[in-house]
Amino acid sequence: MDTPKAPLLEVENLQVHFETDDGLVKAVDGISYSVERGQTFGIVGESGSGKSVSSLTVMGLTRSRNARISGSVRFDGKDLLGASEEDMRQVRGNDIAMIFQDPLSSLHPFYKVGKQIAEAVRSHRDVSKAQAWDRAVEMLGLVGIPEPRRRADSYPHEFSGGMRQRAMIAMALANDPKLLIADEPTTALDVTVQAQILELIEHLQDEFDTAVVVITHDLGVVAEMADDIAVMYAGRIVEKADTNTIFAAPEHPYTWGLLSSIPRLDSPRDEDLVPIAGRPPSLITLPSGCSFHPRCPYVREAHKRIDPKLEPVPGHPDHEVACLLPPETRRRLWAELQRGVKPDAARQGVMREEEAA
Amino acid sequence: MAAYIARRLVWVVFLLFAITLITFILFSVLPAGDPAVARAGRQPSPELIESIRHQFGLDKPKPVQFINYIGDILPFVGHNGVYFGFSYTNNAEVLPQILDRLPTTIFLTAGAVVLWLAIGIPIGVISAVKTGSWLDRLSMGVALIFISAPVYFLGLVALYLFDDKIGKFPVLPGNSAYGQAHSFPEKAEALIMPWCVLAASFAAIYARFLRGNLIDTLQEDYIRTARAKGLSERRVVFRHGVRAAITPIVTLLGLDIGILLGGAILTETVFNIPGIGRYAYNAINVSDLPVIQGTVLFGAFFIVMMSLIVDILYAFIDPRVRY
Repeated sequence: MDTPKAPLLEVENLQVHFETDDGLVKAVDGISYSVERGQTFGIVGESGSGKSVSSLTVMGLTRSRNARISGSVRFDGKDLLGASEEDMRQVRGNDIAMIFQDPLSSLHPFYKVGKQIAEAVRSHRDVSKAQAWDRAVEMLGLVGIPEPRRRADSYPHEFSGGMRQRAMIAMALANDPKLLIADEPTTALDVTVQAQILELIEHLQDEFDTAVVVITHDLGVVAEMADDIAVMYAGRIVEKADTNTIFAAPEHPYTWGLLSSIPRLDSPRDEDLVPIAGRPPSLITLPSGCSFHPRCPYVREAHKRIDPKLEPVPGHPDHEVACLLPPETRRRLWAELQRGVKPDAARQGVMREEEAA
Repeated sequence: MAAYIARRLVWVVFLLFAITLITFILFSVLPAGDPAVARAGRQPSPELIESIRHQFGLDKPKPVQFINYIGDILPFVGHNGVYFGFSYTNNAEVLPQILDRLPTTIFLTAGAVVLWLAIGIPIGVISAVKTGSWLDRLSMGVALIFISAPVYFLGLVALYLFDDKIGKFPVLPGNSAYGQAHSFPEKAEALIMPWCVLAASFAAIYARFLRGNLIDTLQEDYIRTARAKGLSERRVVFRHGVRAAITPIVTLLGLDIGILLGGAILTETVFNIPGIGRYAYNAINVSDLPVIQGTVLFGAFFIVMMSLIVDILYAFIDPRVRY
């Protein structure tokens, strides 16, 4: 088709607030992103940054009665936030499927794995039990479980961690969804299994032409897979760009922090990782101004009052960042950090340069 | 599995022995009155008391008495074909007396169990799904009242209100009706009020228990998965939620049935139902040791057997359980 198609998933200014006894929790505070067909979108952030809540909301699974949701979520041209519960049920597991962090607790302990997958098939397809079971066996084979017909008859506790996540993936993809949301898909798994699961998701994504949203706290997870990455902090997206840009020319101090807290094989062995100081803020009483300012090594007085907007980086319309530091300063700081300079030293160096200029 | 059951059965035998011993010791050390005096009637001669004492074996040392009793209850040993001994009060054989009353107690228990499950489970599910709704608040409030009201109070209130002879709204057969009933429908009718009274507190306990369990279960990750699969809410709640939340109720139910089969003492006493519970109650009143021993042993037997059955059932209910 020649006409440019709308993105598969379009999230616009999504807000998810929870009214609690302690106050309004702004779990997601106005985020926008879009995912193209067949593409992979990574959402990265610490726990409590709103990354899981935002995707559960896309699925219509933010069930809490005190949730206040606004903005818009369009999937394949369809509005999801305004959709009826029955319409959402049709979408879940059929058009959009989801896998979760802990595959043991995410599978029902009392039902056989094959039955749980067949149940997903039968809730969307008008097929017999035997056909649904065959589909379950087929999917288990596709995700690399040996002897799928025999293993379909097993219970989740008889599977290893990696096999369980494979079974979850088999369940998620059984109805050939257009979008797969993977919420920390490898966090609960052994390191050796993590890579296998990520590879499997990538492989199946090609085979099924599924778009994937990967939610993770680990930039390493999305480095290989994602086409675009959004970095979330305190319910907002603070930086969004294609994956190469995020790793090669990140603009936000929080992204720098995330990057420098990943161990690298090519750095000297005695070099310490640089953690991000402080803790994620309370989502009830967000810091004034830039919500990252209490933890930012490069904070300036004005940043404590002014709330930064997510704006394109000059000259790079697809690279957006919400930071009040002048672009030249950011570039210089990142250059310093890449040379291995510690954040404090980098700040002092750059500030001296600025004063001299 | 077979080895597990065999191990448990050995344990059951030991447990029943221990319970028999404890009952015997309690009866011996407590001032229960002299059964021989009670049996001898008014103004007995010392010789008569002495002969009764000899007849019951009460003149032997306590350990010998105990061993004799154990011999009485052992299968194939017994006492010339009589098990559990003779009642001190009327010389009747204890075992046939208990077995006579057992159907009544089973009937009372079974009806109450069906009733309280039929009431408690739906209320528990609805309350859990609609937490905080007026329906939830109302049913949990009522449940609290029924949990707090003892059977002997609730039973008397029920008789006061509905007994067909003395009640304000004489609609149901009340006290002693069961003993006078002859046909099955009459007996069932006579048990309507006892069933309701007995089931009330159990229904309340089960509703609250299931509600709490189901609320916790509905927070589980696998419920989120079930919803993410696009299952209908009904299927999520029943096939995934209730299926998991109801499992612990099996334990509760097994033990409650065991306890009641040993005699619903309060209910049987209030409504004058000739079951094992009232038999035990009367025996305690007159310090009739063989009857007390027999009914206690029966009660204990039902409880330990039910708990064994529950544990075996678990292997079928929860695939993670293996013996």
